[in-house]
Amino acid sequence: MTDTPKGATGNGTDSQWPLWEVFVQPAQAAPYEHCGSVHAADAEGAMQNARDVYARRGEAIGIWVVPSSAIVASKPEDAGSFFDPADDKIYRHPQFYKIPRGLKGF
Amino acid sequence: MSDAPQPRASMTPSEQKAEDPQRIAEFEARIARGESIEPKDWMPDRYRTQLIRMMSQHAHSEIVGMLPEGNWITRAPSLRRKMILLAKVQDEAGHGLYIYCGTETLGVDRSELVDQLLTGKAKYSSIFNYPTLSWADMGVIGWFVDGAAIVNQTVLAKASYGPYARAMIRICKEENFHKKQGYEIIATLANGTPEQKAMAQDAINRWWWPSLMMLGPSDKDSPNTAELIKWRVKRKTNDELRQRFVDITVPQAQAVGLTLPDPDLKYNEETQHWEHGAIDWDEFWQVVKGNGPCNRERIAARREAHENGRWVRDAAEAHAAKKAARNQPAAA
Repeated sequence: MTDTPKGATGNGTDSQWPLWEVFVQPAQAAPYEHCGSVHAADAEGAMQNARDVYARRGEAIGIWVVPSSAIVASKPEDAGSFFDPADDKIYRHPQFYKIPRGLKGF
Repeated sequence: MSDAPQPRASMTPSEQKAEDPQRIAEFEARIARGESIEPKDWMPDRYRTQLIRMMSQHAHSEIVGMLPEGNWITRAPSLRRKMILLAKVQDEAGHGLYIYCGTETLGVDRSELVDQLLTGKAKYSSIFNYPTLSWADMGVIGWFVDGAAIVNQTVLAKASYGPYARAMIRICKEENFHKKQGYEIIATLANGTPEQKAMAQDAINRWWWPSLMMLGPSDKDSPNTAELIKWRVKRKTNDELRQRFVDITVPQAQAVGLTLPDPDLKYNEETQHWEHGAIDWDEFWQVVKGNGPCNRERIAARREAHENGRWVRDAAEAHAAKKAARNQPAAA
């Protein structure tokens, strides 16, 4: 095990490859959605693995693969304060506004 | 996601700090409200380790489950059947990968899990330690084994752990094809020559009891069930799942004119359930302990496949390294 390159040693080297998060677009005009992850040595391999694992039945018309390490995510424990500013701006919702009585269809 | 700092799953209980009872209470309140637990959410260590155990066993079962069917790919009776079987076995590989990927969100690496399988430390479904002796076994595996898996996985699709539940939803969509193709094989044989019908019946006779066992030990011998139900990892007990499988399967056997090898099988008008005879749990525990007909063969085949695939992994890695080097500016 001494002179082997990193990641090519005995134990399950396939898993030591980087992890990629997989997003698929299920249909025309639909947003991309996260569906899982794959391990791959490079972007090309990640794309092929993602197709074979997550799109065997025409579930996707587009795939994004993103190195998992590149994803920045909000933290559940900070969710309260982080999303708090959204709660006190009710004027962002149409229900906030009054329209004259008797007006049908707006 | 992988970027979450997670405690290693291999921690021994003595390394784990005592958990705050208030956090546990909050966690259980979330479960009670029907909320989904996501990878970065706080969870009791015990919830994490139970999930890793259960999900990795499930993933291993998908992978080892490729072997009994792989045995018949080259001998499928027609091109149509061969293409179907290839697609089904490929699906099982995909199912294994969905669940390994879900398990990794709990902070364990897939290589660790694969290692546990190859060293015989991890368990997988007892059913895959039985041999596939005839083509009819391909039919019965799809019909019984995938049928029982659907019963189990439909409930797991509502499990409290988000990544597990989402993997189950994907899998359930695909399992229906597996079950139907299997039942079609059996229905075709049942309508064929007397020899073909006998072949189907023989496969049923051999797979029926192991299929009932596959849904897990009886509730009274299943120490994990209470905790898993409390945390909504499981939503039904093994015996409840088994009852559902029997109720679904009996009419399907009747429809193709084949019998199930249980003289005590009878319909209870009052409960509206089919009651089955006693299961030979000694056989089940023998298989779980490694003494089934094919336990050694299965692990040997997995080890061999892993070893023989090493050059592919090495080549992909070398290719990626070469491409990365080529993309570096020459002067750097």
